[in-house]
Amino acid sequence: MSTVVLLIVTGLGLGALYFLIASGLSLIFGLMDVLNFAHGAFLALGAYGTWWAASFLPGAGPDGIGFLLALAFGVAAGTLAATLVELCVIRPLYGRHREQILATVGLSLATPALLQAVWGADPLTFPKPQLVRGTVEVLGASIPRDRLLLILAAAALFTALWLFNSRTRYGLIVRAGVQDRAMVTALGIDVRRSFTLVFAIGGAAAALAGALGGLYYGVVTPTQGMSLLIFAFIVVVIGGTTSLTGCAIASVTVALVQQFANYYTVAGLGDIAVVIVLALVLLTRQGGLAAKKSAERVA
Amino acid sequence: MITETGPRATPADDTAAGTPRTRRRLPRWAVPAAVLVALATLPFSTVTVPGLFEGALNSPATLHLIAFCLVFGGLATSYDLLYGRVGLLSFGHALYFACGAYTAALLMRVLELPLPAAALLSVLAGTLLSLLLGAVALRVNGIALAMVTLAFAQAGSILVSRDPGRLTGGEEGLSLNTAVVPDAFVGVMNTANLYWVAVAYAAFATAAVWWLSSSPVGRVWQGIRANEQRVAVLGVNPYPYKLAAFTVGGGLASLGGVVYLLVTGGVTPTITTAEFTLTLLVMVALGGAGSRWGALLGAGLYTYAEHRLRQVGGDSFAGLPEWIAAPLSQPLFILGTLFVLMVFFFPGGLVALPGRIRSALRDRRTARE
Repeated sequence: MSTVVLLIVTGLGLGALYFLIASGLSLIFGLMDVLNFAHGAFLALGAYGTWWAASFLPGAGPDGIGFLLALAFGVAAGTLAATLVELCVIRPLYGRHREQILATVGLSLATPALLQAVWGADPLTFPKPQLVRGTVEVLGASIPRDRLLLILAAAALFTALWLFNSRTRYGLIVRAGVQDRAMVTALGIDVRRSFTLVFAIGGAAAALAGALGGLYYGVVTPTQGMSLLIFAFIVVVIGGTTSLTGCAIASVTVALVQQFANYYTVAGLGDIAVVIVLALVLLTRQGGLAAKKSAERVA
Repeated sequence: MITETGPRATPADDTAAGTPRTRRRLPRWAVPAAVLVALATLPFSTVTVPGLFEGALNSPATLHLIAFCLVFGGLATSYDLLYGRVGLLSFGHALYFACGAYTAALLMRVLELPLPAAALLSVLAGTLLSLLLGAVALRVNGIALAMVTLAFAQAGSILVSRDPGRLTGGEEGLSLNTAVVPDAFVGVMNTANLYWVAVAYAAFATAAVWWLSSSPVGRVWQGIRANEQRVAVLGVNPYPYKLAAFTVGGGLASLGGVVYLLVTGGVTPTITTAEFTLTLLVMVALGGAGSRWGALLGAGLYTYAEHRLRQVGGDSFAGLPEWIAAPLSQPLFILGTLFVLMVFFFPGGLVALPGRIRSALRDRRTARE
């Protein structure tokens, strides 16, 4: 029993991490049709930004308020990077989806190389604040505290995004844009202005995921972003791009399948089981997320 | 089936083509044949190219580097079949390459099959794998296809690095079992033979892609690339054509894997990763997707540049301050940044460059008049 509880909570923690990455990815993809390979770069920037701030920034530190400050610095770095990428790289290439993908691919190759040049290829030990060290007893299982922090962060992001989507004017434009971009433009609303906003939100969420992923794994490496990004892609395909809830459910499902299969069968099989789930979804739902938009998609 | 409509030649094209037309037209096979002969006779030349290559052209190190460029050239051509000719954005091409290399290595190590049998079986395995996975993945289009192929390749990558049953060697990879390989393909003394194998592979992959693209199937591919819906409306089901391209591409890639195994004398999990497929995409886009020479040219240049940058990386930037020198010592940083710039300023890749320059000159001339 305690093993099952442990696996569920750990799976939820991993699902929270996936949700943090996939929510931004699916927003960007749904609104702009951009498959953002640079998302892994934002994640790595967030992780390294937090690590750097915790070690070197005056005022910030590896514990307590200092860590929150370091986290804020990392998230700010990711947000800034995402905004810059949207303004300088994506914006000049509007309407040319292939080129946009190619540009983000170039960034996704260059950024880890840059991080590696500055801080080396070896994993760096990530600071762990006192609060999330150790374990908590839940139903007889000892749960690592950082998993709970991840779940809390994902829940907070979910609520914030939900409020943004349903209560703000920009959220309305973004939702309408995901459904039918041409119609929104025809109504006289410049949907492109919300592109930068969506990119910034996605970058912030990815940077947060990078920092919290540092807590989850205990280390940061330049290439961590890419492997997490692939699972986030799988989540986006299974969950679709139209609803936040779909994304959340898909994140949790993928993570739980992965955790349980990894524990009860051979390690590594869980990751492959996720791919099998993806294939099943594609075969049964005939198209998954692509069914809605394939007619207008040119890429 | 899909014919070019619209004006064939505008007056501007006539004036631009005026100068070459006075020259006697070479037959279509002349340039490829000349390139092939030049490549095949390279091991007999002792010319040194200072700056470009360290030793003479027929020194083992230089031949090895060029063989590398050619293997990746053939592989990039097989990727271009999907990306450039049919317009399928697959992010899982590394899987079929790795499947060829790993299957061949395993067959030779575990079952001690001779090289020809192992090569044949692993190409068959790679072709079958791409047929199976393509059949599932091609149920979706566009970007979803990219994500799904990426996921499949990631599963393969994880499988290889987890080292099931101590078969794949994990992070260390596998070395070639030289006992079952003919002596002519083993050792530094025989680099020229390995080089010829690489030339043969690149020529075969290129010829196969050119031939298929000019066949009736190739015309349907061209149509799918331009507008898949219109092809479907014309009464042609695009699915089997796309699956055919996917399978042929996968088969050519797995053959490339076998050649790669021979040339490098082993395989490591780096060729299974998503980054490896991304570099293939970069190679194809760098050269020019869907063009005759683009993939070959792009892959050759990329591989050469990466190799040379790694070689010179450490010392040539030593004079610069640390914050410039450190990023410049990372080949992927330079290549990634250059690639982003290229996407902006030279869309269409290197092969489109002469045309762009010519049209820019023409614009300037008409502006002056």
